[in-house]
Amino acid sequence: MPKQQANWSPYDNNGGSCVAVAGADYCVIAADTRMSTGYIILTRDYSKICKLADKCVMASSGFQADVKALQKHLAARHLIYQHQHSKQMSCPAMAQLLSNTLYYKRFFPYYSFNVLGGLDNEGKGCVFTYDAVGSYEKVGYSSQGSGSTLIMPFLDNQLKSPSPLLLPVQDAVTPLAEAEAVDLVKTVFASASERDIYTGDKLEIVVINADGIRREYMDLRKD
Amino acid sequence: MFRNQYDTDVTTWSPAGRLFQVEYAMEAVKQGSAAIGLRSKTHIVLGCVNKANSELSSHQKKIFKVDDHIGVAIAGLTADGRVLSRYMRNECINYSFTYESPLPVGRLVVQLADKAQVCTQRSWKRPYGVGLLVAGLDESGAHLYYNCPSGNYFEYQAFAIGSRSQAAKTYLERRFENFADSSRDDLVKDALMAIRETLQGETLKSSICTVAVVGVGEPFHILDLETVQQMIDAFEIVGEQEGPAAEPDAAAAADQGGSTEEGVAPMDI
Repeated sequence: MPKQQANWSPYDNNGGSCVAVAGADYCVIAADTRMSTGYIILTRDYSKICKLADKCVMASSGFQADVKALQKHLAARHLIYQHQHSKQMSCPAMAQLLSNTLYYKRFFPYYSFNVLGGLDNEGKGCVFTYDAVGSYEKVGYSSQGSGSTLIMPFLDNQLKSPSPLLLPVQDAVTPLAEAEAVDLVKTVFASASERDIYTGDKLEIVVINADGIRREYMDLRKD
Repeated sequence: MFRNQYDTDVTTWSPAGRLFQVEYAMEAVKQGSAAIGLRSKTHIVLGCVNKANSELSSHQKKIFKVDDHIGVAIAGLTADGRVLSRYMRNECINYSFTYESPLPVGRLVVQLADKAQVCTQRSWKRPYGVGLLVAGLDESGAHLYYNCPSGNYFEYQAFAIGSRSQAAKTYLERRFENFADSSRDDLVKDALMAIRETLQGETLKSSICTVAVVGVGEPFHILDLETVQQMIDAFEIVGEQEGPAAEPDAAAAADQGGSTEEGVAPMDI
């Protein structure tokens, strides 16, 4: 009997895009709110963004059931950390924890494409980008999800800094002001919604700075 | 009560039907420094006396946050208390993870009591030497429980454990009928007064006591030193006019020694 293929997959892709941009003293994390399966829209109002710690926010696209499980897992680990250390986890610490959590399921992965954004211990913006099994890197900006192929080249054009191997060393974080970065993110999602069928409906933007966390919404194309 | 041929093993009964090792474990609770708890309909306050071994050392942590809605104060072997707090925190996190809602306090204390009971029925274990005052808020209201090493637990309107706790208990017994409708601040003041009773004349300062509150709209947290000192100062002046509270009745040995009659089993407190 020839080798049988699976006729059922434990995974599904709920689509959507996520973006994060790090600034000198702020971080912008954004994701659309459309959740779909195949050509069907399940809901136009689902948040892909989760606050993990005081200064640390994660946006994830992919299979939202896995995303939800991952968020719950990290929230529980954060509680344990707080009990043991009497303080919140820093963004770089949470970044390492997320990587370890993802790799723990290396042979049955969380179908979750994550960007982590927040402020590091000095108050500077930081963004970490991941693949599904935990490989991660600190960057100045990143996008994940169905629209990332459309979004990433545009962010590269606007924000890319010369290689850190060149002298004088230039910061990976963008010199843009907070308002300009938010505008850039809005532009990027408006463009992505034009051509990516899985991105649209509404854009949720979260901005972290020294004053705390602020949330903003913008309408996107609904088709 | 002490030193007889039935007290070597926790798994050995005495002819009178007592487990001496368990009773000795409860003695350990009475040796620890005092912890008190009291509740109203909406708030629970925990307080404890912090005595450092010497001026050079820090004091032991005796009040632990278990979850936003539950906290615990311990008396006795603080190491055992720390381990049990970690267990309680884990249980709360696991319950929240599964049910997306806070663990009801009554469930937690039963789990704790069952855990303590196991240690009274295994020859290779010893009972936990710590008494826990569990304060928690859930859908059914504000609760204060006392878990003892025997595996028993009781719900209280107000209670005190540890050394010289009888003085605090006397104070609380006089006032407890008013607690249900007390305001949060009055409850904290009563807690501080009860702590003062256990100090037997020593001045009450925020550096030697710890107070924690949990209530409706107020997650469990330990009050900081300035707040506590302000509250102490606010009523010390009133306290002086009232005259020192009722002389601590022969607090020393009488109640702490446990009954010497064969018939009474102290496990029923």
